[in-house]
Amino acid sequence: MQYYLDLLSFGPEGWGDELLAGALVTISIALATLPFGLALGLAIAVAKRSRSWTLRTFATLYTTIFRGVPELLTLYIIYFGVQVLAQRLWSAVGLSGNFDMSPFLAGMVALGVVLAAFSAEVWLGALNAIQKGQREAAAALGLTKWQAFRLVVFPQLIRVALPGLGNNWMVLLKETSLVSVITLQDTMFIATRANVATKEPFLFFGAAALIYLFFSVISTWGFDRLEGRANRGYARAGASR
Amino acid sequence: MTWCEYPGAWIGLEVFQNYGCRMASGLGLTLQLVAISFGLGIIIGLTLAVLRLRGPKPVRMILHGYMTFFRGTPLLVQLFLIYYGLGSFRPFWQEVGLWWFFRDPLYCCLLAFTINTAAYQAEIFRGALQSLPHGQAEAARALGMRPFAIFLRVEMPQAMIVALRPLGNELIVMIKASALASLVTLFDLMGATRLAFARSFDLSIYVVAALIYLALVEIIRRVWDGLETRLTRHLALR
Repeated sequence: MQYYLDLLSFGPEGWGDELLAGALVTISIALATLPFGLALGLAIAVAKRSRSWTLRTFATLYTTIFRGVPELLTLYIIYFGVQVLAQRLWSAVGLSGNFDMSPFLAGMVALGVVLAAFSAEVWLGALNAIQKGQREAAAALGLTKWQAFRLVVFPQLIRVALPGLGNNWMVLLKETSLVSVITLQDTMFIATRANVATKEPFLFFGAAALIYLFFSVISTWGFDRLEGRANRGYARAGASR
Repeated sequence: MTWCEYPGAWIGLEVFQNYGCRMASGLGLTLQLVAISFGLGIIIGLTLAVLRLRGPKPVRMILHGYMTFFRGTPLLVQLFLIYYGLGSFRPFWQEVGLWWFFRDPLYCCLLAFTINTAAYQAEIFRGALQSLPHGQAEAARALGMRPFAIFLRVEMPQAMIVALRPLGNELIVMIKASALASLVTLFDLMGATRLAFARSFDLSIYVVAALIYLALVEIIRRVWDGLETRLTRHLALR
């Protein structure tokens, strides 16, 4: 027992501090991806409702592709593909040397475009849930289209979209484990390395599982609070939540 | 030239021609993995959902823990936990005569996928069963039906319609998640593609693989849409 505790302890002998650093990388890549993915998703959702045929087709194509291709494959295509393309561009411009894409950036882009595809569906559902009268009333008050979106539509959008976006976040959190295959030093990567060094796979993958579980449980709790807050104007006395 | 080299030759992609056969057998393995784990997942998930709703309290609590754990951690971690983690207790498995199971990445993969999808499907079935109005079971009881008959004839048919769409989504998620099998040395579609890329350094093979997965997902989506229209034709919903 003492042996296992030593392995998980902080300090040069144990892997505790490394695992903690990995957990930080996991949560930072998830948090870094979130705003980018959600914003792109909202843009795609708006494009899906656009009057222009080109925009609509592009948006539909985008969501179909990134929702249908395994995340692991998307990650590989972006990590290797962008590297090759950038390298060619690099050489074409006449610069010498190599172009290296950081795994963090590749992971962020890959997870972000997938998140955008999934969150676009959530945004779209929420956009459709907002009555036309809201926009008409805003127009009647003399608000521009952008003002109407920012001041009238968006605040209501968040409330409707929150449960779906919460699901998106949970999926994203778990998907970050994939970036370990492109050598980003997240929880999963550290656990794999610890396993190689100590030959204690059950201990370290178990520890990794508990780290992810911890983040998931915290997120569930956080989103429950957020939803409660977003719905505070709607809750009725004696309602179930 | 065998049949599996034709598509590559036809579109004039050399890698795809050279590795066409490996990718075809990889696709076969992917389909097998998904079909077996999803099929077993339905049976286990349904059982767990019923136990979660109607079982004794300790069982309900254990199942709650099971579902939280498997829905709260990445499938990749679960897969490694089973393949590397459980696989490291070799003397124990040899003792109980299960070493042949935990030695084989294919069985470990199937186990991980099955218990993972079972947890998600249990949640889907639970939601579906809970969505039924109480009056349905009460009316059936008033008619003198036995509990099991009520479940089989009244609750299940209605719950299945509610569960259909989320189940389709779960199947699609499983197809995509099956690509993880390539990380424990299996040559599924993703594994074959990785091999082809590692040997040829031709990125277009990844695009081909993406298109195959996309086609697979699109077929399932269409089939599921058809299934739903057919099964709900007695409802005035659409």
